[in-house]
Amino acid sequence: MYNGGKILIGIIVFLLFAAFPFYNNIGKVSAKPEPKLNTPVIQQLAEKKCVEPKDFMKAEHMQMLNDWRDSAIREGKRTYINSEGKPFYISLQNTCMNCHSNKKEFCDKCHTYAAVKPYCWTCHIEPKEKRS
Amino acid sequence: MSMDRRDFLKLAGLSTVGMGAGWVLSRPGDILEASQFLQTKELLNAKQWAMVVDIRKFKTVEDYKKVIDACHKIHNVPDLGNPKDEVKWIWSDSFDHAFPGQESEYMPEEMKHKQFVLLCNHCENPPCVRVCPTKATFKRKDGITMQDLHRCIGCRYCMAACPFGARSFNYRDPRPFVKEPNAEYPTRMIGVVEKCTFCEERLAKGLMPACVEASNGALIFGDITDTNSEVRKVLADNYTIRRKSELGTRPSVYYILDIPGGDGNA
Repeated sequence: MYNGGKILIGIIVFLLFAAFPFYNNIGKVSAKPEPKLNTPVIQQLAEKKCVEPKDFMKAEHMQMLNDWRDSAIREGKRTYINSEGKPFYISLQNTCMNCHSNKKEFCDKCHTYAAVKPYCWTCHIEPKEKRS
Repeated sequence: MSMDRRDFLKLAGLSTVGMGAGWVLSRPGDILEASQFLQTKELLNAKQWAMVVDIRKFKTVEDYKKVIDACHKIHNVPDLGNPKDEVKWIWSDSFDHAFPGQESEYMPEEMKHKQFVLLCNHCENPPCVRVCPTKATFKRKDGITMQDLHRCIGCRYCMAACPFGARSFNYRDPRPFVKEPNAEYPTRMIGVVEKCTFCEERLAKGLMPACVEASNGALIFGDITDTNSEVRKVLADNYTIRRKSELGTRPSVYYILDIPGGDGNA
C-alpha cells in the first residue's frame, strides 16, 4: 500500500472527528423530559383526562392536530366526538391550550428534548404564562 | 425433505394468509376510527351567506370606525401604519374606487365624496379560488370564500386575481403590530395572504359577524338562498348595486345607495 501510514492516520483522524458526538456524550444522561400537567384548569377537572387516552395522545397528537385543523377549517366541523362519545370544541388556542396553559412546561419540554420545532406559534397565540 | 408443487402452493397460500392475520392482530388499536367530527350545534348555516351594506346609515366617521375596529380587533389584524404594507379585512373607499366606471362628473357631490364600506365579496364564482395553486383558498359549502393559511405559500396569485383588492399580503411579520391581541384567535405570519372570512368562527358559535353586530343595522347579513331571510327582504325592498358585477364573479355583498333628492325611504 502506497503511503499506508498517512492513509491510516487519515482514517483514524476522520473516525475520531466523525465519532466526536458519541464519545463526547458517553456517560452523560440528559434528563428524561417530564411535561407538567399541574395547570389550575387541569387541577380543577373532576376526571383528569385529555381528549383521548394519554398513550394515544403521546403518540398521535401531531396527527390529531392535523385532523382537527382540516376538519375545522376545510370542512367547518368544529365538534370532535372522542372515543368515549364526549364532544370537544375543536380549537388549538381555546381547547388544547385552555387546559395546557403551560406551554413551556408542557409542549416545549418534549419538543426541545426531541429537537422538533413545530411552527404552530408563528400564527397561533400561545397562552400567557403566569410566573409564580 | 421433498415437497411436490401442490403442497408448496398450499403452504405458500397459508403463509400469506398468516402474514396478513399477524399484521391485523399486531396493529395498534386505531382510536381515531371510533371518533368523528361534527358541526357545532349552535352553527348558523346557509347555502350562500351574503351581506347588504346600507350606506345611508353610515353618516359619521365614527360609524365606519366602529365597524372596521370591531373586525380588526377580534381578528388580530395588524396596523402597520403605512399604506404600502397595509393589511385590511374591511375598509372604506370613495365611490369612483368602489364602483369604477359608474361615476360621472355630474353626479351628486354628496355621493362623489361618500365613503363606502368594502370587504371581501365572497363571490359565488371567486377568481381567487380558481388561481390558488395549493387550494389554500377555497369555497365552503355555505358560500364563504375561506382560506387555509396553513397551506398558503404566499404566491399572491389570488391578490392578482381578485378584482376588489380584498386581499392583503403580510410583507412583514404582523405579530408586533397587533396592539391588543385577541387570545382566542390566531394572528398570521409573514408571507401569507389574508382577508375577511365572514366571521366563520363566530357563525360556528351562532353569532353574527363582528362588523354586522357593531353596525347597528347598517350591515345586514343572511342566507341569500333563503327567501325568508332578512337579506332577501332588504334586497326585495331596495334597489342595490354590487361592485364590478359585469366581471361575472357574482359578489355576495350588495350596496343600498343614498339617493339624494329621493324621499329617503326607497
